[in-house]
Amino acid sequence: MAEAAESPGDPGTATPRPLFAGLSDISISQDIPVEGEITIPMRSRIREFDSSTLNESVQNTIMRDLKAVGKKFMHVLYPRKSNTLLRDWDLWGPLILCVTLALMLQRGSVDSEKDGGPQFAEVFVIVWFGAVTITLNSKLLGGNISFFQSLCVLGYCILPLTVAMLVCRLVLLAEPGPINFMVRLFVVIVMFAWSIVASTAFLADSQPPNRKALAVYPVFLFYFVISWMILTFTPQ
Amino acid sequence: MAAADELAFHEFEEATNLLAQTPNEATPRGDQLVPQQHVAVAVDSGGSYGAEDEVEESDKTALLQEEKQQPGFWTFSYYQSFFDVDTSQVLDRIKGSLLPRPGHNFVRHHLRNRPDLYGPFWICATLAFVLAVTGNLTLVLAQRRDPSIHYSPQFHKVTVAGTAIYCYAWLVPLALWGFLQWRKGVRERMGPYTFLETVCVYGYSLFVFIPTVVLWLIPVPWLQWLSGALALALSAAGLVFTLWPVVREDTRLAAVLLLSVVVLLHALLATGCKFYFFQPLPLEPAAPPHQATSQPPTVLLSPPPPRSAAA
Repeated sequence: MAEAAESPGDPGTATPRPLFAGLSDISISQDIPVEGEITIPMRSRIREFDSSTLNESVQNTIMRDLKAVGKKFMHVLYPRKSNTLLRDWDLWGPLILCVTLALMLQRGSVDSEKDGGPQFAEVFVIVWFGAVTITLNSKLLGGNISFFQSLCVLGYCILPLTVAMLVCRLVLLAEPGPINFMVRLFVVIVMFAWSIVASTAFLADSQPPNRKALAVYPVFLFYFVISWMILTFTPQ
Repeated sequence: MAAADELAFHEFEEATNLLAQTPNEATPRGDQLVPQQHVAVAVDSGGSYGAEDEVEESDKTALLQEEKQQPGFWTFSYYQSFFDVDTSQVLDRIKGSLLPRPGHNFVRHHLRNRPDLYGPFWICATLAFVLAVTGNLTLVLAQRRDPSIHYSPQFHKVTVAGTAIYCYAWLVPLALWGFLQWRKGVRERMGPYTFLETVCVYGYSLFVFIPTVVLWLIPVPWLQWLSGALALALSAAGLVFTLWPVVREDTRLAAVLLLSVVVLLHALLATGCKFYFFQPLPLEPAAPPHQATSQPPTVLLSPPPPRSAAA
């Protein structure tokens, strides 16, 4: 409890506190240098000083990464100007989202005609190569965002569209009809706008001011293509 | 300022030679590459027309010193020099391609020897996706009218559209550039355009097709053909006006041949896109192509039933 030791140079206080009663017996000599040990009560060891996360359990590692991914999901769902996504970028979230989206968009193997929706590989390629192209474009235009930060932001901002895909699949379980289509259209449009707003909130500041529109337009095109893929999904 | 002058000449050496050979041109200083007979001025463009030359020259000096290094093609900054455009410049170039005028050479007037790759690349990407999306939308709308038509997302059309547009926008300028280089000896007055300027001209000339393709959603045939012809005319006019000063000194035959081949290729692209992505549907009822190709003999030989149903 009261581990904080005072330096012996402290003259006795006018009001002796009962906790330090024992210290009043200490005699002070001029020859004793002012030194001592200070132990700071800590609840846990600070992580920066603990360089080996190898010793922790697997559950700790996974939960820590999952929490980081989840925290970024929250930042995308409620976009406000913060640089959490930029500072602690990771590509787990984009990978999870891309794989989920591609799995849900995949058409059944029965319909093997060319005239179907995108295959898993097509969605994957579109998402990743699209994100890489937009990142290269923004860097070539003179933006000061790093390659992986931009990939991270673009990947995480697919989250609203993945939610839209889930909703669309659920809505498609009901009977088809114009109302069905209207509901899906509305959901996809709202989520598309959400994605654009979220990614612009993170990316716009990194561009020179007279080129913002040039950098944001490819993002618009990218999410438009993904929204189109989601909207035209028809279960076979 | 003598050092600045030296750098100015070095930067625009090619252009100054070209301008020096043509009479009544402006003196080659800084950004003043526009010949003086051009009265119309694009005031919202990123360049100056003489009034602010003195102020800008000091700015240009720093810029020229950077550009003098000519980074190697393996460095990132080499490619960055092709994306050195502002929003207003890109919009100005797009406007210039939409409204071609006989005296205005796109390369001289709008590019001003600073071609960019942003415009061609993203205009081609937009056009490819818009083609695929609107082509699919016509199928959706057709299915509304005639439920017997089978709707499918037709995602492979995105790949086809992308490949076709990008090949056209890059290989045809390559061929054109090669041809102009080959005929370089015949010309005295004006040198050929660089490869990037040719790519730029073609890329920006494709912009007019984007609203046209969206207009093709309206299922009225004569409107579709009219808008297609209008877009083709604007686009080909832009190309012809840009190429004319270069081929003017060539032999009559070569000039006419080149220009007609350019226009013909452009027309082929437009009609090819129209036929492939926007098949004529219930108004001229025919089975969708994939069904037709899978059963060729019976469909072609016998009168198809949907024709009578939709009549």
